[in-house]
Amino acid sequence: MSRIKVKLKEKDVLKLKEICKEFNNEPGELINVLHRSQEHFGYLPAEIQEVVAQELNISLAKVYGVVTFYSFFTMVPKGKHPISICTGTACYVRGAENVLHEFKKQLKIEVGQTTGDGKFSLSCLRCVGACGLAPVVMIGEKTYGRVSPDGVADILKEYAE
Amino acid sequence: MEKIKVKIDNHTLEVEKGTSILNAAKAAGIYIPTLCHMEMKDIGIDHKPGGCRICSVEVSGRRNLAPACATETADGMEVNTHSMRVINARRTIMEFILSDHPKDCLICPKSGDCDLQNMAIKLGIRQIPGQEFAAMSTYKTDESPSIIRDLDKCIMCRRCETMCNDLQTVGALSAFNRGFMSAVGPAFQMDIEDSPCTFCGQCVAVCPTGALTEHDHTRDVINALANPKKTVIVQTAPAVRAALGEEFGMPAGTLVTGQMVTALRELGFHYIFDTDFAADLTIMEEGTEFLDRLTKFLNGDKEVKMPILTSCCPAWVNFFEHNFPEMKDIPSTARSPQQMFGSIAKTYFADKINVKREDLVVVSIMPCLAKKYEAQRDEFKVNGNPDVDIVLSTRELARLIKQANLNLANLPESDFDHPLGESTGAAVIFGVTGGVIEAATRTAYEIYTGKSLPRISFDQLRGFEGIRAASVDLNGFELKIGIAHGLGNARKLLEDIKAGRSEFHAIEIMSCPGGCIGGGGQPLHHNNTDILKARIQAIYSEDDKKVIRKSHENPYIIKLYEEFLGKPLSHKSHELLHTNYFDRSSKIEIS
Repeated sequence: MSRIKVKLKEKDVLKLKEICKEFNNEPGELINVLHRSQEHFGYLPAEIQEVVAQELNISLAKVYGVVTFYSFFTMVPKGKHPISICTGTACYVRGAENVLHEFKKQLKIEVGQTTGDGKFSLSCLRCVGACGLAPVVMIGEKTYGRVSPDGVADILKEYAE
Repeated sequence: MEKIKVKIDNHTLEVEKGTSILNAAKAAGIYIPTLCHMEMKDIGIDHKPGGCRICSVEVSGRRNLAPACATETADGMEVNTHSMRVINARRTIMEFILSDHPKDCLICPKSGDCDLQNMAIKLGIRQIPGQEFAAMSTYKTDESPSIIRDLDKCIMCRRCETMCNDLQTVGALSAFNRGFMSAVGPAFQMDIEDSPCTFCGQCVAVCPTGALTEHDHTRDVINALANPKKTVIVQTAPAVRAALGEEFGMPAGTLVTGQMVTALRELGFHYIFDTDFAADLTIMEEGTEFLDRLTKFLNGDKEVKMPILTSCCPAWVNFFEHNFPEMKDIPSTARSPQQMFGSIAKTYFADKINVKREDLVVVSIMPCLAKKYEAQRDEFKVNGNPDVDIVLSTRELARLIKQANLNLANLPESDFDHPLGESTGAAVIFGVTGGVIEAATRTAYEIYTGKSLPRISFDQLRGFEGIRAASVDLNGFELKIGIAHGLGNARKLLEDIKAGRSEFHAIEIMSCPGGCIGGGGQPLHHNNTDILKARIQAIYSEDDKKVIRKSHENPYIIKLYEEFLGKPLSHKSHELLHTNYFDRSSKIEIS
């Protein structure tokens, strides 16, 4: 721990302490605390995990272990337009992998990453309940159905400012 | 306790309710193979995650195989530990485990003493189908001065995690990531040196594979011995002599002091000395410091800090620097015996033999991995030259002896050299829990009361309990002593002090179970705490055999003070034999 220097704004630390307090600083509530923290801050960088570890009296390694185990938690900030590609069974057999590949190619990022300009981030999810539209892609709240690799460029163009 | 009847293979037996299938089978002389399981009841460890499934057995009436370590027996249960279904399943499980494990056994530091390798041999694995589909992880090898972590060899048994969190409460290690990429390590995959790790090495002591090993320094020793310009001297810690023999097939608890000295001489060391000499010196300094603080305390001095804590154990020093920095003025300022030895060797002894500091190489043989880290701390260097140059663990010494084609068992016994090889029984018991405080009490008693001890051994200070309390009568004053081994136990005593609940005047703390004899650099005990107890007996038997058993009666220590140091806590002593501690805790910085 000696060489991690945590730099947070005072109000962020207070907010985190408040979240932990909501759950009585109970170590068993770690996952709930992380959920609420990610809801508020958008992601869970090292600094946030450090404060949570101290407040709940859990080792930092354990907090990191939980954050990296559950795919819902992320240590990188999501982009302005988070892209989710459904790789559930129906979408997968209808070619979701090729669509995903095309997004990776065009954005030059891997799954779980965010573009350098902070505009797009890429993630996979399992089934949005619109299997009839497979393969499905979600950008923010907007859903795109029957996406083909050829259509990816046009979709991204919608978000060009 | 309620008894139940079970049938395991063809044995019908009665066991206590709640016994696992694994332990019930053991009672019938059937040893079900295990990999992730680790039970050491004596030190409160019962690790049975049921994760590896190697211990799978067939239970009649159940559809699936059951993990024997994590399944309780039930009345009338019938278990088959070696049906063809079980044998097949075990092989498949092993093939899966090996599918993403590196295959470089020939050059792996764990080769020959590896639980995974032994299991592959036992199960007769000859091919590993499916490895082409496995995603081999490619983690960077993390090399600290003490511990090397090669996470590609991790099989996720999570034994290290249990030792680090449950036994030691250090919290440096946790499982992270999922699937093929899962491994155990510090937060954010930082190097272990940047984590709160104390380098106690208990993770290394239980790792079943080559994922966690000591940083091997045997080559540095060979190079030093091969250099004609260097004078190479060696010191051996008390716990080494009680365990080294195990590496050569001798039963646990065999003392090999004399053979070890001969082996070191055969290897070409110029002087064979004993850390025990420095342990006697530690008692002179630490004991005097204690009596000084105690006298002030009894005279009503409000400034003086009580209790005094021992400071011999380098992992313990790391632990309080990380976790209790506000209490860093409570432990004794006395350096550990290893460092006292180095400092005296490179001043007093170097002068005596007329060798320059830079041309004198001090090698330590230690049961400990934290000693490797301690030796390279800046405060133990003079112009960049360390007081102790190279630290080898007991395991590494065994390797060196084997490379020299020597068989320890066949070597004649010989004695340590003078002047830094003479020691008392008080020094030998530094290697076991309770030993340092017993040694200190022997000397403190005689100095404080002015009387000679009626009986030298203090049985009330001995034992294997994690936390022990005892009192000693000093001329009507009841001296209260606390003892803890294992850092989790140490933490409890420290919390008591912090909360003002502690009644002790003096506390001894050792990081490893059983004390140094259970250190992270010792021959692997494979989770058998009887081995630790046998080593403890060996140490006490060496103490019993010694003619001189009190540190202040060591003639060479008396001479060292006459010729060089003056008296305990003198200016020179402070400069060479004492140290100060640092705050290494993490702080949340607010921008």
